[in-house]
Amino acid sequence: MNGNSGPGLEVRLRFHRRSNLAGSFDLDVDLQADRGITILFGSSGAGKSTLLDCIAGLLQPQSAHIAVNSLVVHDSATRVFLPPQKRGLAYLFQSPALFPHLTVEENAGFGLQGQSPEERSHSVHDLLEAFRVAHLTGRKPGEISGGEAQRVALARALATSPRALLLDEPLKGLDAELKWAIVDDLRAWNRVRQLPILYVTHQRDEVDALGERVIAMDCGRIIAQGAPHAVLDAPRKKRLAYAAGFENHLTAVVQDLREPDGVMRVRLAGSQVELEVPLGYAAAGNRIHVAIRAGDILLAAQKPQGLSARNTLEGLVDSLEVRGSTVACRVNAGAMFLVHVTPGAARALDLSPGQRVWLVIKTHSCHLVEE
Amino acid sequence: MGTLWLSARLACCVAAVLLLLGLPLAYWIARTKWRGKFLVESVVALPLVLPPTVLGFYLLMAMGSRGPLGRLWASLFGHTLAFTFTGLVVASVVYSLPFAVQPMLNAFESVDERLLDAAAVLGASRWRCFREILLPLSVRGIVTAAVLSFAHTLGEFGVVLMVGGNIPGVTRTVSIDIYDRVQSLEYGDANQLAVALLLISFTVLATIYAVNRRIWSPWSAR
Repeated sequence: MNGNSGPGLEVRLRFHRRSNLAGSFDLDVDLQADRGITILFGSSGAGKSTLLDCIAGLLQPQSAHIAVNSLVVHDSATRVFLPPQKRGLAYLFQSPALFPHLTVEENAGFGLQGQSPEERSHSVHDLLEAFRVAHLTGRKPGEISGGEAQRVALARALATSPRALLLDEPLKGLDAELKWAIVDDLRAWNRVRQLPILYVTHQRDEVDALGERVIAMDCGRIIAQGAPHAVLDAPRKKRLAYAAGFENHLTAVVQDLREPDGVMRVRLAGSQVELEVPLGYAAAGNRIHVAIRAGDILLAAQKPQGLSARNTLEGLVDSLEVRGSTVACRVNAGAMFLVHVTPGAARALDLSPGQRVWLVIKTHSCHLVEE
Repeated sequence: MGTLWLSARLACCVAAVLLLLGLPLAYWIARTKWRGKFLVESVVALPLVLPPTVLGFYLLMAMGSRGPLGRLWASLFGHTLAFTFTGLVVASVVYSLPFAVQPMLNAFESVDERLLDAAAVLGASRWRCFREILLPLSVRGIVTAAVLSFAHTLGEFGVVLMVGGNIPGVTRTVSIDIYDRVQSLEYGDANQLAVALLLISFTVLATIYAVNRRIWSPWSAR
């Protein structure tokens, strides 16, 4: 799609915040968000919210070219800067930010200027219905739940017939069931309209549920973009790997490359433990980083045999910790590994600290990451 | 009782002027990103720490026939500002300014900035944001500002004495009346006026605080 004429958000900007107690902050971003949902992914402090504020016009970056469906809303070269009122965007913050002195219906109709109260009421009714909050019209924001408030905020933002949507962790703090219900309603709403939606989150499950395209940010910069699995399942950057839920980070030295097999053998730093990992752009003797999800490691109480998995490590259980529906098990196998098992599995293996276990790791569960 | 009525009239005028003047001033202080705004805040707070005699002295100088304000006023209306009811209003406005601006400023600053951002993104002009979001959410602060300005003006003494003199029916306020009567040993009359002033002040404050609490607490208290 041609970046200058097609529908979508086109953003190039440089923003510098003068140093305060928290230090200075730089944002330097060039991105394109087409129709549908684009996820902006990164840990907190990566600059995602600042970026949305710049796109919405609430912050003025030092230099920028921002276009919404080919309408230029900010261009420092030609001195165009439309205020937030004129950008035709919908922007949902982390908090619903409903006006506490207005009813749900008045809130939802706030953006419909120049319409009579009856017209407003009529216009917002369908939206409130679509987001399942039509029965709350007469209530004040203080009298509805957090999930309801977020639905009303969504309806209020969409009532203005925006040309694009900016959503900043809009489902933060909602329980999973409620979250997916709202996500489904939002997708249903956008199915016909096909607006570009920029959706900020640092939660992996939201990426998996919504993702068509992911842009990963860190320290004010874009570090990777593409399809969710391509960006998050094979993170090139260490910080992204942390954010994407790779609990095990290991430094290793390349021993030898087996190019015909597409693998190489590495030795974990400070130990004699060797792993077989996918072939990377490295030579023997290079230091590399390997990231492994705690849930990708199998645990066996006896030495396993006849497996396709290429890495079997012997170790001792160091500690066990129950975290909701998973048991986090630390295993010392020359290096420390974190392994997630279900409570049932932990009981079946009768796991306890000091117990001898074997770790089984597939070659392709080992991901090479950059520092 | 004529002096009591004059004081009440003065207090009403001052409260009204301070609302008109204080709202934009407090709004500007709350919203500006100018680094020198602390200077403006300091000037606004000056009447809190200056003795009324110092403030009254400079106001008298400014409003007299040779002062800049006095000359401007004289060229417009043919008489100077000092020793008139209007002059008293001007002086009292300056004297009570912090009592109006401070509560409004606190109220404006306690409104969640994201609400104003949300309104702006929804297309509301600055004026609409102010009128429909900031103002209604700051109602308690604004009412407090008006009441404090009223009550503070009702009880002022030093500035009135310096700027207004003691002209019956024009600038003799109840506090000066009480002082006069004590000076001439009319303790009974002084007591009557003092009790009246005490009761009025207390009733006004109590009524407003009570009403304020009941009506606006559900959504102002976060």
